[in-house]
Amino acid sequence: MNRTKLRAAAPLALAATVALGLSACGAGNEAGADDSATTSELSGTLNGAGASSQEAAVASWKQGFQTANPDVTVNYDPAGSGAGREQFLAGGTDFAGSDAYLDDEELAAAEKRCSSDVVEVPTYVSPIAVIYNLPGVDGLKLSPDTLGKIFAGTVTTWDDAAIKADNPDADLPSSTITPVHRSDDSGTTENFTAYLAAAGPQGWTAGEVETWPLKGGEGAQGTSGVVAAVQGGEGTIGYADASQAGDLGVASLKVGEEYVGPSPEAAAKVLDASKQKEGRGDTHIVMDIDHTTTESGVYPAVLLSYQIACLEYDDEAKADLVKGWLSYVASSDGQKAAAEGAGSAPLTSALEERMTGIVDGISAK
Amino acid sequence: MSTRNRSGDTLAPPPAPQRDEAALALRGWHQPRLPRGAGWYAAALAVVVASALQAGLGLPLLPSLLTGWAVLGIGLPSLSRAVEGRRKAVDRLVSIMVSSAFVLAMVPLVSILWTVVKNGLPVLSSEFFTYSMRNVVGEGGGIYHAVWGTVLITAAAAVMSVPLGLLTAIFLVEYGGDGRLAKVVRFLVDVMTGIPSIVAGLFAYALFVVFFGPGVRMGIAGAVALTVLMTPVVVRSSEEMLQLVPHELREAAYALGVPRWRTIVKVVLPTSMAGLVTGVTLAVARVIGETAPLLITVGITDSSNFTLFDGRMATLPVFTYSSIMSPGVPPEPSIARAWGAALVLMLIVMVLNLVARLVTYFFSPKGKR
Amino acid sequence: MSETSTPSPSRDTTDTGPASGRVGDRVFLGISRGAALTILAILAGVAIFLTAEGIPGITASPDEVKSGESFPSFVLPLVFGTLWSATLALVIAVPLAVAVALFVTYYVPRRLGQALGYVIDLLAAVPSVVFGLWGMRVLAGQLVGPYEWLERTLGFLPFFAGPASATGRTILTAAVVLAVMILPIVTAIAREVFRQTPVLLEEAALALGATRWEMIRTVVLPHGRSGMIGGAMLGLGRALGETMAVAMVLSASGVITLDLISSTNPSTIPANIALQFNEASGLTVNALIASGLVLFVITFAVNFAARAVVNRRKEFSGAHA
Repeated sequence: MNRTKLRAAAPLALAATVALGLSACGAGNEAGADDSATTSELSGTLNGAGASSQEAAVASWKQGFQTANPDVTVNYDPAGSGAGREQFLAGGTDFAGSDAYLDDEELAAAEKRCSSDVVEVPTYVSPIAVIYNLPGVDGLKLSPDTLGKIFAGTVTTWDDAAIKADNPDADLPSSTITPVHRSDDSGTTENFTAYLAAAGPQGWTAGEVETWPLKGGEGAQGTSGVVAAVQGGEGTIGYADASQAGDLGVASLKVGEEYVGPSPEAAAKVLDASKQKEGRGDTHIVMDIDHTTTESGVYPAVLLSYQIACLEYDDEAKADLVKGWLSYVASSDGQKAAAEGAGSAPLTSALEERMTGIVDGISAK
Repeated sequence: MSTRNRSGDTLAPPPAPQRDEAALALRGWHQPRLPRGAGWYAAALAVVVASALQAGLGLPLLPSLLTGWAVLGIGLPSLSRAVEGRRKAVDRLVSIMVSSAFVLAMVPLVSILWTVVKNGLPVLSSEFFTYSMRNVVGEGGGIYHAVWGTVLITAAAAVMSVPLGLLTAIFLVEYGGDGRLAKVVRFLVDVMTGIPSIVAGLFAYALFVVFFGPGVRMGIAGAVALTVLMTPVVVRSSEEMLQLVPHELREAAYALGVPRWRTIVKVVLPTSMAGLVTGVTLAVARVIGETAPLLITVGITDSSNFTLFDGRMATLPVFTYSSIMSPGVPPEPSIARAWGAALVLMLIVMVLNLVARLVTYFFSPKGKR
Repeated sequence: MSETSTPSPSRDTTDTGPASGRVGDRVFLGISRGAALTILAILAGVAIFLTAEGIPGITASPDEVKSGESFPSFVLPLVFGTLWSATLALVIAVPLAVAVALFVTYYVPRRLGQALGYVIDLLAAVPSVVFGLWGMRVLAGQLVGPYEWLERTLGFLPFFAGPASATGRTILTAAVVLAVMILPIVTAIAREVFRQTPVLLEEAALALGATRWEMIRTVVLPHGRSGMIGGAMLGLGRALGETMAVAMVLSASGVITLDLISSTNPSTIPANIALQFNEASGLTVNALIASGLVLFVITFAVNFAARAVVNRRKEFSGAHA
């Protein structure tokens, strides 16, 4: 019997040896702690889960944070906002990433889980671009109502009067519009439909939803799927994180009387224009975005994502880790890293300061 | 309308049916035929027409090919019908259809191999094999962690399914015979080979949720899922191999007073070893490319993880999938890595298949090749 | 494998071998029978655990799951998409597979035929994620033109009503990828079946002056009918359960439509699970597992029937040989 198993395992052993031969121990880029002479005192593993919208930004933050603290491993599971909050509430993770702030019920559960206050800070703001592929038409302009109608399927051709009204000078073809939407649940869809519902109620009546509510149009998986679908076809239009738009056409949206494109600065401004949610403690920076703002130079279709953690942890080391992590994320270094790696909009310095103040309060019991 | 009913007048070679002497006299032995190799000439003409349309007149590829094919598929049978008669024409038409079907079936294979090699080859570098994705944003990074994850999880699956499958095969061949249990097992193992891989993944997830709570992701769960998929394959191939062992060998051993179990261990298994190794290798090759069950049980991570019992691991198929489905900013490096990983995965599977064939070729008993 | 001079071992010697009564044998028998029972237990376990984890998803009220629908209205479009795409794949793959099997068996020299058979088997060695990659990045783009043509010329049929997808990622594209994926198994079984056709009958037909096609039509195809049906059903089982290729190729919206080329397509159970599972939580996970249970039942039934057909045939031809 032994011989049987041994011989049967031979090909596997061979494969293993080949893999071993590639590199004796550990990946080339996963240097051990002894290799670098930093003076960081942080060590251990930090586990988080949540919004996939933050994934690219978290990758940048991990790079910066783990490089500065070689003994630290940060795991972020892009399981989705809902799953992230749920796992955090169940105590399975140390922090959560979420496209929505905790509702009152969840907040109570979170305070119970932490047996302390809860920290809720916006870490990731990114403009949602309306991308389109229509050769010969540059600088498409759209009012929120028209945009809503396009995605609701009531405006079906590019030379529709509604689109012409926004673009009097453009040479619009009579081809069919193929609206592309996310087929998976996503914070991008949620924030985009929130914008449509608030700013363009004439065109969009399906409300604010996380899962695309209509049966028409083309569904695509993930941001990259939407971008690929828009790229792949002609006459397509979709919505995606602005950083992913690539060389596709990007529409400007009507705000007040002007048309604004999705720049990081314009997106960050919307936070200043928006109101804090009332009735939350000092450790929460949560806001309801004002999609109907008419302020100049503000881009109102943004994705705002939070990170959620406890104010107090049982374990000193864990508290230091979370504090170190969130301090880095909220710092201008961290925000710059995310802007470069994920194309997000850096937070305004006022917001950065407030966040740093909150995060500094994280401690052990 | 079947030819059998009407074959009287057209079944040309002797002995000729009596009632159709006239027709025979007309065509009979001297029925004209198209020259040998007419098919090849027609095919060559079709290629010429197609390339002339495409290159010369600048038509798109597909219409040119269809026109070229029409020259062959309609032209030759029509000609044949005029010269050789209906039956020959139908025969030629079918030959053309069947050959075209084969060529058509080859198109995706060639296209897949070509695109994967073309897109994947430029990515391969020493860094690609020795780096993981930890701390990698944008370009660079590699599949070190994913290769290890695939090796560990597949090895764990093999460790579980090979003994299980082999012992079951031994039971079926050496002990079970035509008993009711053996019949049921044999049938259900067959049915089990058809379990969708995602269902196996859901099963492993549902199993581990009971012990570890919701959201569990660990390597061993993936190995369990792969075991569900791999075991029936091992059983089937091992059973076939054990049945090939000549019964005389067993009887010779019994005659010498060797107990049955020792006969199996010392005679039957060594004799069929080459076949068993082949079967196991093919089974490994089959599950090593499985994506769906690993996606939902093991997930993906960007660091190396050598522990099957602790959290997410990267595997080559899931790495390929997630690199293409959620690339970062900019997406190009990630998409390139997806092609590279796909190429590596395909090479591994091909090599395993090749190894399996070579084992059969070199180690099977003489005369059984 | 040659089947000459290898009589299958006698199968009723459980208690009569020279080793009967010895401890070692009893232990060994126990272990190997235990292994066989373990496999049955695993199969039962698959059904039990899926049911246990799936039931909360079935009974969940609509507002507790993400889809916001009751389980039947959640799963029904998926069942339709699953059956529809698999049927389309079968319609494409089976005639092709039979033709390919005929080609390698009857139209080329034996040795070459064997080599070409291996080449077809290579398709089975391509991992499904690679099929998905190829389908979404290569095939879909190539099919946009033909789809537009289909809409223009055959638009009066409900299947090609359009509007043609601008990306080519339609249910028909997914079905084509599925067809390519099940081609090897259907071809392999068809070849197996054709190989079992009695040579005497084939030669008799040829000797009577039948052309090659007449021989095939009157001897080979009738003889292989049940085997081919079984092979097709096995292919159907594969197509029903195939996950990654569909998940990656198809732009799914969860509708029920017969339109093959529009950008609004039904999804399939396995693809939907793969796409939603990692971002699901709470009862949504249970609902997905329940949909997996539905898939399991469907594929189990199809495979059960297919194996019954194939096995009956095996016994028949075994007695014949």
